[in-house]
Amino acid sequence: MSHFRIDIRQRAEEVLALYPRPRSAMLPLLHLAQEQDGYVSDEGIAEVAELTLTTPADVRGTALFYDMFHLEPVGRFVVAVCTNIACLLAGGDELLEHASTSLGCPVGATSSDGLFTLEESECLADCDFAPCVQVNHRYVRTTTPGALDAVFAQLRAGKLDHDIPPHGTLIRVRRAGGLHAPRADVSAERLAASEARQDRTPKEPKS
Amino acid sequence: MTTLTAPRIVLSRLEYADSFTLTRYLATGGYEALRKALMMFPEAVASEVDQASLLGRGGAGFPAGRKWSMLRKSPISYLVVNGDESEPATFKDHLLLERDPHQLVEGVIIAAYALQVSSVFIYVRGEFALGLERLQQAVNDAYEFGALGSKILDSDFSIDVVVHPGAGAYICGEETALIESLEGKRGFPRIKPPFFPAVAGLYGEPTVVNNVETMSNLPWIITNGGAAFAALGGGRSTGTRLFALAGRVNNPGVFEIEMVKNTFRDLIYDPQLGGGVIDGKKIRAIIPGGVSAPWFGPELLDLPLGQDEVAEKGSMLGSGSIVVMDETTCVVRAAWRITKFFARESCGQCTPCREGSGWIERAMYRVEHGGGRMEDVDLLLDLCDNIAPGLTWPPQQTTICVLGPSIPSSVHSAIQMFRDDFVEHVTNGGCPHD
Repeated sequence: MSHFRIDIRQRAEEVLALYPRPRSAMLPLLHLAQEQDGYVSDEGIAEVAELTLTTPADVRGTALFYDMFHLEPVGRFVVAVCTNIACLLAGGDELLEHASTSLGCPVGATSSDGLFTLEESECLADCDFAPCVQVNHRYVRTTTPGALDAVFAQLRAGKLDHDIPPHGTLIRVRRAGGLHAPRADVSAERLAASEARQDRTPKEPKS
Repeated sequence: MTTLTAPRIVLSRLEYADSFTLTRYLATGGYEALRKALMMFPEAVASEVDQASLLGRGGAGFPAGRKWSMLRKSPISYLVVNGDESEPATFKDHLLLERDPHQLVEGVIIAAYALQVSSVFIYVRGEFALGLERLQQAVNDAYEFGALGSKILDSDFSIDVVVHPGAGAYICGEETALIESLEGKRGFPRIKPPFFPAVAGLYGEPTVVNNVETMSNLPWIITNGGAAFAALGGGRSTGTRLFALAGRVNNPGVFEIEMVKNTFRDLIYDPQLGGGVIDGKKIRAIIPGGVSAPWFGPELLDLPLGQDEVAEKGSMLGSGSIVVMDETTCVVRAAWRITKFFARESCGQCTPCREGSGWIERAMYRVEHGGGRMEDVDLLLDLCDNIAPGLTWPPQQTTICVLGPSIPSSVHSAIQMFRDDFVEHVTNGGCPHD
């Protein structure tokens, strides 16, 4: 009995088919597990273990290494405010503090309505819009406390649902089709082509 | 004097709002370089890149052509593209992924053809949701267009490209950690030797790992020739390069400028580039190449933006990100924040890095936030010395990867350049700027 919904399970199988070894699909599958449940649940871990031919302990141990995987439930919107060097110089700490007051929750916690989880983030690589804020890994590009509050209000009202899907949904563009160039076939072709080329290459005269 | 005469090689489509679409890409000469490459022998394509002497744009600056030739000795398995851009204040690959994903895809196919690799993985930092979507769309479109898949563009060459999302771990930008991560494991850098994944990479097979910006240069190099690329820049630093300018400047952003021909001062002050320091303040220090690099004082602003030029002065151009700190900046706080980042991102395999980063962070924290002791300044230097003995640049290696020896850079620089600030913090019982 699969924990994944039918559509998620089907996407998981498509992802698995892209890799020479099933374990390589670990991170994309964990993202899918997070997309379905909003966080990486025990059931999600068990299913990823089954699909990658590993154990739940192994999957959990791997998932814990990566910041983007939440193994406990989080809000619908995970707000990440960067305070690393470029943002520090632009007031990132102050913006984080403001976000904490606005949302009524300390950094690392979820607001009482369960809607927002606030995180202090490392550099999000958007330093020309410092201090940088992401909601569910989408840049909001607002750098002032007032503008950030406006974003929170819009999120609460569901006005940004089109741009910012619920936490866990990472890539909304689905890969069209599987692999076209199976390695075994290609290797044989390449070898033949390479040999043919060698024959045509003029040999260096022996000295 | 700023020299802005060089052509835009990787940012040529930036002014188009739809620069990321196949339609715009084809309308601006897209996939023509690939057609040209497919008419050439793979060896000839590789030799153009060799001639361009394109240095890798990820941070280490290893010549891409040389990386490839090491690989050509044995049959090749995989090409892996490093798009896990996480070095603080570096935001150039982010721009390329979001704004010109087809250019990256075309570069990747050209590289794969030169290397005769049919299996490519593009590892993209997980936090780049939009970049991942744009790149996946570009890959989908390229398959439909016939530039990817079986016997591309009526040639005999077949290739698959898979877009692989990371999940938030700075260390996965280290190429062996990236490979581990791509194998579905924790991002633990691998023990060297072998020094290069060309020997043993993905699944232990020969693999080449190249950066997003490096790949994005290839279409231009094939269209215009390696010699035209090598004619730009100077010395070993050829071509143009993306510089990500951040911090206390009026106009932070990513700028593509010719290497060596311009100086740090040009980049920071030119009205078409950084536009000067905010409120006309004086510069206290700059970080010349990502937070792993030792800092420079204002006396080095006239240094040319070239790999060897910066290395000679004891730092590195690294990832091409430059952070400007001015009179309003608390350098102790800046160095503390950078150390906090390293302490958080250390993978934990090696003692000097795992323990050292935490110890330095704690000592820096108390100097900045109150409770610092006068002997902390020398204690900090001692801790730095334990991670990178002698505190030289390039540093001594005591750990598996270069994250460890990068930790002391900022703290050591800050103490060397601004010891008085540390003393003031201690006497004041915390940051005087607060």
